This record gives sequence, C-alpha cells and structure tokens, in this order.
Amino acid sequence: MLIFEKSMPGRTATAQSPDEVDVNHLIPQQFQRGSRLGMPQASELDVVRHYTQLSQKNFAIDTNFYPLGSCTMKYNPRACNSLAMKDEFLARHPLAHESLSQGYLACMYHLQQILQAVTNMKGVSLTPMAGAQGEFSGVAMIKAYHDDRKDFERREIIVPDAAHGTNPATAIMCGYKVKEIRTDEDGNVDLDALDAVLGPQTAGIMLTNPSTLGVFESKIKIIAEKVHAAGGLLYYDGANLNAILGKTNPGIMGFDVIHMNLHKTFSTPHGGGGPGSGAIGVSERLLPFMPVPYVGKTDGNYHFVTAQDAPKSIGQLSTFAGNAGVNLRAYVYALLNGKQGMQRISEFATLNANYLMKRLEAVGFDLAFKKRRASHEFIVTLKKQAKELGLTASDLAKALLDEDMHAPTVYFPLLVAECLLIEPTETESKQTIDAFVEAMAKILEKAKTDIDHLKQAPYTTVVRRMDEVKAVKQPNVVYKINAS
Amino acid sequence: MSYVPDNLKYTASHEWLEDLGDGKYRVGITEFAQEQLGDIVFVELPEVDESYAQEDECGVVESVKTASDIYCPLVGTVTAANDALEDTPELINDSPYDDGWIFELELGEDADLGSLLSAEDYRNSIVDDE
Repeated sequence: MLIFEKSMPGRTATAQSPDEVDVNHLIPQQFQRGSRLGMPQASELDVVRHYTQLSQKNFAIDTNFYPLGSCTMKYNPRACNSLAMKDEFLARHPLAHESLSQGYLACMYHLQQILQAVTNMKGVSLTPMAGAQGEFSGVAMIKAYHDDRKDFERREIIVPDAAHGTNPATAIMCGYKVKEIRTDEDGNVDLDALDAVLGPQTAGIMLTNPSTLGVFESKIKIIAEKVHAAGGLLYYDGANLNAILGKTNPGIMGFDVIHMNLHKTFSTPHGGGGPGSGAIGVSERLLPFMPVPYVGKTDGNYHFVTAQDAPKSIGQLSTFAGNAGVNLRAYVYALLNGKQGMQRISEFATLNANYLMKRLEAVGFDLAFKKRRASHEFIVTLKKQAKELGLTASDLAKALLDEDMHAPTVYFPLLVAECLLIEPTETESKQTIDAFVEAMAKILEKAKTDIDHLKQAPYTTVVRRMDEVKAVKQPNVVYKINAS
Repeated sequence: MSYVPDNLKYTASHEWLEDLGDGKYRVGITEFAQEQLGDIVFVELPEVDESYAQEDECGVVESVKTASDIYCPLVGTVTAANDALEDTPELINDSPYDDGWIFELELGEDADLGSLLSAEDYRNSIVDDE
C-alpha cells in the first residue's frame, strides 16, 4: 500500500513541516497552481509505521545472506558510515574554498595514494561517480592517448565474450567498434581468437581479471604483451578486484588503465543503483589524461587539480568531484584494514568461495569449470537439472527466497546455460555458508519429488512470482494522484 | 530435440535462412535459440536498405532473461523487416520459422554460402546443449 492510499483529509504531522510562508505575492499569477498539490495527508505515527514496515520488507545484507555474484555484497562496517558522516564532512559545501577543506582534501589525497599502491598504478582520480562512468573515462583516456599521438586509425576495442555488458557499451559510447573474442573451455581468453583480431586498428582490450567466469585469467602476461606489441592499451574492469586485493595487482599484469568499484571492494552499501564510486587508476603514459578534478599537494597544501592544470585531461565528469560520501567510506575502510587486512580480504573471499564450491559439488550441483579453482566467485550450471527435472536457474533462485537467502546472480554470464554466479564474500561465516549449502541441497531434493511446488515459488515473499513478460511490456510505475 | 527443418540453412549463432530465390533469403532465429532465450519481449529490427557484412550485428532480441545480438548470416542488403515483431515479439517464441521471421536479405556478390550449416550440421552443433 502506498502512503498516498493511507491519506486522510486534514491529517497532518508537524515534525518535518516548515513554517507556512505566503509566497504567492512573489510568483506571478499565471505561474501559480490552480489546485492543491495532492500530497498524502498523514500523521507522524502513520508515516513512521508506513516506512518502518516498508523497511522490514527489504532484503538486505544487514538482514540476510546475499551471494549475488559479480556484485560483492559484503558487510559494510558501521565505522565507515559513522566516520564518513561526521558533521565536519557532511557540512562541507562542495564549493567551499580549498583553504577551508584541507581535512577533506587530505583524506582524498591519501585515498588516492592508497589505491595507487594497492593497484600498482601511477595515478588515481576519484571523480567518476560509479563503475560505468569509471569505465567510460577509462576508454575515453585510451582514445585521448591515441588521438594525442595522431594515431587515428585505431578504431576497435576487443572485448571477450564473457565480459560485463557495460564493456561493449562503453566502447560504443566512446566511438569504437567492438570486436568480440571467444573464451576457451577452461574460461581463459582464446589466444588464437585474440591474434586474429589484433592489428594496427586495435585501440585496446577490456578485460576483467578474475573474469566473470570466476576464474583467474592465467595468460594475462601473454595477452598484455600481444596487445602492447600491436600498439593497443589494456583496460582493467575492476568488478572483481576483491579477489586479488593485496595479493597481485593490475599494474603487474600490464594494465594501462583500471577502474575500481569502491562501493563494492571498499565497502559502501550498494545495490539500489547508487551512489557509487568508479575511481580510476592509470599507468605513466595516461597520467596527462586523467579526469579532473583530482587532489594534488603543493608546498604542504592540498588542492584540486583542474582542467587548467591538466590541459590534456578528458575533462570533468560531473559538477563536483565524485561522490564524497562513498569515497570517504572507502578511505575509512582502507584505513581499518591496512595492508595486511587487504590481503586477508582476498584470502577469505577466495577461501569462502572455494569451500562453498566444493560443498555444492558434493551435494550434487555441477560446476561450469570443474578443473579450475574459484576466484572469489564461481559458476554452477543447472543444465542437467533443467533437462532431467525441469529445475531452471530461475526456479532455484525463487525457491531460495523462501529459505531466507538472496538468490545468486542468474543467467549471467551468458556463455553458461542455466547458470548461477555465486559470490559468498569474505564477511560470511562458515555457519552461514553451510546453511546456504543445506538450503540448496534441500531445493534440489524437492525438485526430484515435487517440481510443481518449486515452479510456484516463492511462497513467503510480499510479491510472489511475477509475470515477467507483462512487467517488461506493460510496466505500471505511475501512481495517479486524485488531487482534491 | 528442437525442431530443425531440413529445407533451411543455418549459422552457428542460431540464425536460419530460407532461400526465396533470386538471391534473396529470409532470416530468423531457430526454435532452439528461442527456447534458450525464453519469453521474448523486444526485437530491434535491422534497417531496410542497410548493408551488412557477414557476422555483423544487425539487430537485438531481448527476453526476460537476457538480450542477444542477431548476426547477419551473410554479406548483403536488408530488403524487408518483419514489423509485426515490434508489437508482438512473442511471434518468435510461437512461430520461429514462420510468422516469427525477422528480416529478408539480398545477398552481396561475394556472399559465402558455403559457410552456412545444413540442417544436419546444425542439429549436431546443438546436440550437446539440449
């Protein structure tokens, strides 16, 4: 039920309402409303109950296990929130003079240095507002680099077929043609396919490592050599940075530009579409092109580096300098963990994933890449169960909701039939992971005896199984207010 | 086993081609492809009079599960597109080889017909995935 439907004429709450001010004399007659603004009329208690009840319907990392592959839904330490929300940060106006913002700028400068060290890059800009914008600025820098060298014939970006959909979209947005290459049966880039598309027209390649298939690209050094030899640059999609934090880094692998999803790897509540932070890191040759503003330090003073200071920059990506709140949370998270802590993050992320993978295999699930060790996530395929029992990835995902578990990512990556991409993250205990295995095993057993029951799942959620076709073709997202 | 008519030609990327004569071919996606995609909710058709190289992306089929590119099976120019799919994309689910056709193609001069698969070859290519 919407708050509008609970509205009772004349009922009001004073707690949040501003003093009434008559502004009618300030607004010309023709611009004034002819009718009332149909807002809901509710008491303070009505409002409190309404939104408390709505919040109880949320499925969140704070309430339940959330093994959503490729999304790194790990626990976000409360300290990140409380420190990032100190009055001194919250009250700082984005246009406040740098001399009044030295504390905030020092934090951002230090965060740039930490990220630079952990990824082994030569420069970091925190300004992209989310992963997709980080990707966009990364490929825009690749283009700016080639253009700056008057190398205008490089029109193609290579993308493996396992890539996130944002990769080809980014390349197209930057004016490139996409060349898709195959993955071999062990989940690595097919080197013959790479050789076939590399040439003087190659601007670069976009790779995720570990890949979306949940395996480490073991031939990355060879790939980097081949792409560089052809004159192209390597872009690192940081979606899976959580798996390698403190252990290896994109710099060593030979990448020229990377983006990090700070909201994932460096812990900010996410999943609702933002806000995020898609900080980018670059190698030496891309330094002049970094998006502005980023933070510099001169004579002990911190200041924003702007387009005036960096004339070759790809420019400004938003009105200000990234999402301050997310970057501050990432900074606190980095300080909480320190160097050793970051290594523990990737150690436990991979340990949990491999433990879960082996246990699921033992209770009868098929792995997509049996021969490979998992990175921080792995893929189960229900191809056999779909054929023999009628249990699809979608059915299993819905049934998990009745077990109070969030479903893993389903039907991604597209290469694997009836797949579940499962990422437990480092913040879950053995007991939670074991409970997930039990839930999965229970559903699999149920499928053998009563598949019809699973086809109707979920039973316990507020909204049952949706008519997905109707939801896409006739979305009804508008509530019409009956203004009185 | 999904239905694979003997009289059509196929691609590894699950398009079918029907020979209409005079170098013209009708193109759609196979029954197997629509089964894999699930309920189709949107089709982006290629533009009529547009020319494509073999394996160029020339359209998109979007289902509740995923979005998948349609690849031009041979070099050629699009002469017609099935406008009915704009309002009723589910025709591809209901009738992949008939009412659910996607576009018609007039082959370019150097079209490589030999690169297409026969019905038997195509059946063999999908047998492991069924």
